Amino acid sequence: MSHRTIIPIGPYHPLQEEPEFYQLLVEGEKVIDIDVRIGYNHRGIEKLSESKSFDKAAYLVERICGICSTSHPLAFVQAVENISNIEVPERALYIRTIIAELERIHSHLLWVGLAGHFLGYNTIFMWAWKYRESILDVFETISGNRNHYGMMKVGGVRRDMYEKDFPWITRELDKVVDKVIMLKGAVLDDPVIHARTKGVGVLTKDDIINYCALGPTARASGVDIDVRRDDPYAVYNKLDWKVIVRQEGDVFAKTVVRVLETLESLKIVKQCLENMPKGEIDSKPKDIPPGEGIGRAEAPRGEVIHYVRSDGSNSAVRHKIRAPTFMNFPTFKKSIVGQTVTDATIILAAIDPCYCCTERLTVIDAKSNKEVMGSRELIKLSQEKTALLKKEMGIE
Amino acid sequence: MDRKEILENIQGVLGNKIKKFYEKSEKRVYIDIEPKDLIETVTFIFKKLGARFSIASAIDRPDGTEIMYHFSFDQYGMIVSFRVFMKERIGVKVDSITPIFIGAEWIEREMHELFGIDFIGHPNLKRLLLPDDWPSDKHPLRKDYKNEFR
Repeated sequence: MSHRTIIPIGPYHPLQEEPEFYQLLVEGEKVIDIDVRIGYNHRGIEKLSESKSFDKAAYLVERICGICSTSHPLAFVQAVENISNIEVPERALYIRTIIAELERIHSHLLWVGLAGHFLGYNTIFMWAWKYRESILDVFETISGNRNHYGMMKVGGVRRDMYEKDFPWITRELDKVVDKVIMLKGAVLDDPVIHARTKGVGVLTKDDIINYCALGPTARASGVDIDVRRDDPYAVYNKLDWKVIVRQEGDVFAKTVVRVLETLESLKIVKQCLENMPKGEIDSKPKDIPPGEGIGRAEAPRGEVIHYVRSDGSNSAVRHKIRAPTFMNFPTFKKSIVGQTVTDATIILAAIDPCYCCTERLTVIDAKSNKEVMGSRELIKLSQEKTALLKKEMGIE
Repeated sequence: MDRKEILENIQGVLGNKIKKFYEKSEKRVYIDIEPKDLIETVTFIFKKLGARFSIASAIDRPDGTEIMYHFSFDQYGMIVSFRVFMKERIGVKVDSITPIFIGAEWIEREMHELFGIDFIGHPNLKRLLLPDDWPSDKHPLRKDYKNEFR
C-alpha cells in the first residue's frame, strides 16, 4: 500500500532566502502534489502608494525587491510618463539602460551561485558571488549605493554619470566577461550538472502559455518573449544584442538562458558607455494630468508591469504592480509533480523565485500568523530528509 | 496579421459588444465591454488571437467596481486592456476567466480577498495573501478601508 507524506518546507528554511511555505505531498520519493502559501512578507505597497506623491512612490516601489530594485521604479516611472507622454532626455535613457542591465548581470550571477549551492557545488556559489561583487562596485561608483540605487525619477534619472569613470567601469566589466565565460564552461560542460538538471522540472511551451509565465522561465521553453525587444523602452532598440531562447524547458535550459543573457547584458552596458550622448538628464515634468498609463520593463525574472491611474492630484488613485514571479510561481504545479524530492529544491529554485516581489500588497495584521512553522517542524523535515537519504543508501 | 489588422479583427468580431474603443497610442489600447461578454471576449483574445494575459487590476470607484484585464500582444509590443464595470461596490460578482487559462487563478484569488469580488466558476477561490484569521468582511484595497494597525 502506498504511503503518502506531507513534507513542509518553510516558511523559514535554510533553502529559502525569504519566507514562503510549500507543502510537498510525496509518495515514496515522488512528489504527488504541491501547495504553496505566500503572504508572509506583505507590506501593503499598492495601498501605501496611493498615499504617496509620484516622486515618493518611485522610492517606495524600489523597496519592493532588493535584487531587482530598479525594474520596479523603471516600470513605474514609465507608467507615469505614459499618462501624459512625457519626453525623457536621451542621456537619461542611456543611464536607465545601464542600471537595468547591470542589475540583470548581478541578479543572474546571484542565481547561478544559489543554484550551484542547491546542487552541492559551493565553489560555484563562491565564484559567482565574488564576480557579482565587481558589479556591485560599479553600482557604488555610479549611484553611491550597492543595492538600492535611487536612480529613476519621472522624466529622467536622478544622478548623472561621469565620463571619467567610464574607462574604469569598462575594465571591470571586461574582467567580469572573462569570468562569466569561465563560469559558463564550468557550469555548462559539467557532466554531473547535466545529470542533475537535464530533463528535470520540464515546462512545455503549452504550460508556459497556459500559466502566462515570463522571462527566462518562458524563454527556456521556447517562448520567445522579451519586453526589451517587443515593447522597447530606454535605448534597447538602438543597441546590438539578442534574445536567448532555448527549447528544452528543463532546469538546464533555464541555466543556459541566464548565463548567456549575462553575457548579452555585459555587451549592452559596454555599448551604452561607448555611445552615451552628452546633455540633460531630466526633463523636469510639472503636473501629472488625469489619465491612466501602463509601464513595463524586463526584470531579470521577466516582465514587470505597473498600471497607474491619476486623477490630476499628485498621487495615484490606483497603482497596480505585477512582478514576474507572480506569474512564474504557479508553474510549480506543472514542473514539480512527478519529480523526486531530491530534485524539488533545484526545481523550486529554477524560476528564480523572488518572494518579496510576489507579495507586495496587503496590510500587515499584527495579531496574525501564529501558524508559522517552528523549529519542531524543521527538525521533522530534516529527519525525513535524512531518512530518505538512508533509504537511498540502503542503511535502514 | 499586423497590428492594425489585429485591432480591426477585434472590432469586427466583438462588434457592438464594444462600448468604447480608445487608442491612446500605438502600444496602448483600451476597450470597454459589458461584464456579460467577458468570457466570450477573453476566449477570443486568448485562444484565437494568442495574446498573453499580463495581469488584471481592480479599482474601487465611488460609483462602482471596475476590473481591467491587460492582454499583451508581444509581437507588436501592444497592450490591449479590457475594462468591465459593475455598478455594485459591495457583493460584486463577475465570471471567472480561470477556466479558460490557469494563469488567471492567482490574480482572481488576490482580487477576491482584497476587493471582495466573487468570481463565478473559479475552481479554487481561497485566500492567497491574507492570513487565515483575517476578518472576511474587510478588504484592504477598497477605498473605505482604514488601516487600524498603523
